[in-house]
Amino acid sequence: MPDGQALRRRAEEALNRKGAFGKDYDLDEFEAASRERDSYESLEEVSPEQKQTMMDVGVLPEAEDRSGSLVYMDNAVVHQSSADQGLELIPTLDAMDKYDWLSEYSWKAVPVDKDKYTARAYLENANGYFIRVKAGKKVKFPVQTCMMIDTEKRTQHTHNIIIVEEGASLDIITGCATSSHANESLHLGISEIYVHEGGSLNFSMIHNWGEKTGVRPRTGVELGKNASFVNNYVIMKPAGSVQSFPTCYLNGEGASAKFNSIAISHPGSEIDLGSQVVMNAPGTAAEILSRSITLGGEMIARGKLVGNAKDVRAHLECRSLIMSEEGRTLAIPELEAMYPDVEMTHEAAVGKIAREQVEYLMARGIDEDEAVGMIVRGFLEGSIRGLPESLRKEIDDAVNMANVGH
Amino acid sequence: MLQIEDLHVEVDGKEVLSGVDLEVPAGHTCVLFGPNGSGKSTLLHTIMGFGQYKITKGRILFLGRDITHEPIDERARIGMGIMLQRPPNIVGLRLNDMVEAAGDGHLDTDETAGALNMKSFLERDVNVGFSGGEIKRSELLQLIMQEPCFFLLDEPESGVDMESIDLLGRKIHDLLYDKKGCGWDKGDCSKSALVITHTGRVLDYIDADCAYVIRGGRIMCSGRPRDILRDIQERGYGECIKCRMVKL
Ligand SMILES: Nc1ncnc2c1ncn2[C@@H]1O[C@H](COP(=O)(O)OP(=O)(O)O)[C@@H](O)[C@H]1O
Ligand SMILES: [Mg+2]
Repeated sequence: MPDGQALRRRAEEALNRKGAFGKDYDLDEFEAASRERDSYESLEEVSPEQKQTMMDVGVLPEAEDRSGSLVYMDNAVVHQSSADQGLELIPTLDAMDKYDWLSEYSWKAVPVDKDKYTARAYLENANGYFIRVKAGKKVKFPVQTCMMIDTEKRTQHTHNIIIVEEGASLDIITGCATSSHANESLHLGISEIYVHEGGSLNFSMIHNWGEKTGVRPRTGVELGKNASFVNNYVIMKPAGSVQSFPTCYLNGEGASAKFNSIAISHPGSEIDLGSQVVMNAPGTAAEILSRSITLGGEMIARGKLVGNAKDVRAHLECRSLIMSEEGRTLAIPELEAMYPDVEMTHEAAVGKIAREQVEYLMARGIDEDEAVGMIVRGFLEGSIRGLPESLRKEIDDAVNMANVGH
Repeated sequence: MLQIEDLHVEVDGKEVLSGVDLEVPAGHTCVLFGPNGSGKSTLLHTIMGFGQYKITKGRILFLGRDITHEPIDERARIGMGIMLQRPPNIVGLRLNDMVEAAGDGHLDTDETAGALNMKSFLERDVNVGFSGGEIKRSELLQLIMQEPCFFLLDEPESGVDMESIDLLGRKIHDLLYDKKGCGWDKGDCSKSALVITHTGRVLDYIDADCAYVIRGGRIMCSGRPRDILRDIQERGYGECIKCRMVKL
């Protein structure tokens, strides 16, 4: 690749560049996790504990009603299977070897020198998953991928590339987790997503990290004409420090993007979630919805909409419940418009659960804890339509387990 | 069934009820008249136990038990149920889920909702975007499923159009006078109710045994519902016969 040298130079220069948000990690404190691991013909072969870890993040070991599966453990692809014509699901490095043209996609939606995390992932020559849906192909069942950190005090880096070609459509469910013996580790996940004209991608993520795990995903999305992208991000369990701020570029006329994030910040957790949509073409639309709760941890909800073209419509909504005296919530909605013909709005609300609602349910004989649970579940899931069943279940379970009524 | 003794209640530091005495005997339906702002809703909400209402003096006895300091859900569990005038919205909670959580499972939700023309509302968020009449029917559906033996109804007819009022009135009648008892085993409980009415229209549908008039946070008089309603209609709240007698 002609520009390989240039990329390397840029990455090396960025190795000490701190992230724009979130606490800084010293990457030298972590060794890279292993690239060599036993692989599995079938996901049924993994240990019962790993199986449970996968199921907890919506990844089904029997892969029933899934068009394909790929599991990335530490820094190795340990399983891959694809059962659908027109759908390609292979390790990213294999895809790079196979397709010369992939250099036009690689490190384009996410700049290699964005910060030290992207730089490190590049310099480590991170593997990951490559998903491509050929033009016109409507993939029936979701593809599932799982990112699992299985070794303590290690860094996992992944570089994922997703390409949905003209008129194709795909659903992806990704589960990210640490196994019980890996806690103080670091995940650096690069995802570059391209949806071409008329294509659609529905991307759902469930996260279940360790209480000390650091998570620094870097995601870039580019949408062509009339393409659509939906991103659901769910994090319900305690996590060390998660900071994510994907950027989506609506480059084709009529493209639309929707980011839904649902988060709970537990005591000791730092959850900094946001998304940015840049509307570069006329007639594009964007929506960012964020629902979060702090149970005592830090919760930051960001959202930024940029109107770079005329006739764009966008709405941003951050709502957060504070359910503990400790903890902190910060909602940062931003709108930026370069044209007068835009319709961009935002709403942000931070507060306690409404006592009137709790008492209303109690007057129906429902005890206080259950009433609070019902209201919180509704708050988290309610306004987001079309949430996949596995995400809904994750939220229900988490609300039950977190015992938010106390 | 219900006895209220010298009840004083503050809302936001302001006294709204100033010594209410009132009784609803077992098996009786009592109505509560009173001008706007006289404390009718405050009284019902206090009986149910809502937290905003601070009891500074007096007590509430329900089924012979002092419930002055019992939590709301406990009052509901021993047989008290309320139909609110302006219930809150709950975004994200489906009416169906609330109704099922309120009931003990032996009444069929779909069937009960169907009889109230509320079936298509079961999938909707509780009270979100409901019209006046729909809110009343939603409240009624919840109450029917909850099966209390003592009903607190706050202006069941307000904000309801003429066509819906007949259905609503008949359903309230069935709920109050259905001899099935209280649905679950509450011993000798027989259904009773305290119904707020501003207009008196609901009297066409219920067999009210007694009436109270509240004014300025005090019960001014009591008597037969029709007599009191006629008085109020003819002379307004200021001058019902008994009140004048008291003044003399
Ligand atoms: N939440 C509240 N905050 C402040 N004042 C209240 C509140 N609720 C009721 N009040 C006051 O208490 C009085 C009685 O109100 P309410 O019981 O609602 O009357 P009614 O139902 O008879 O119309 C009114 O003066 C009203 O303004
Ligand atoms: Mg009232």
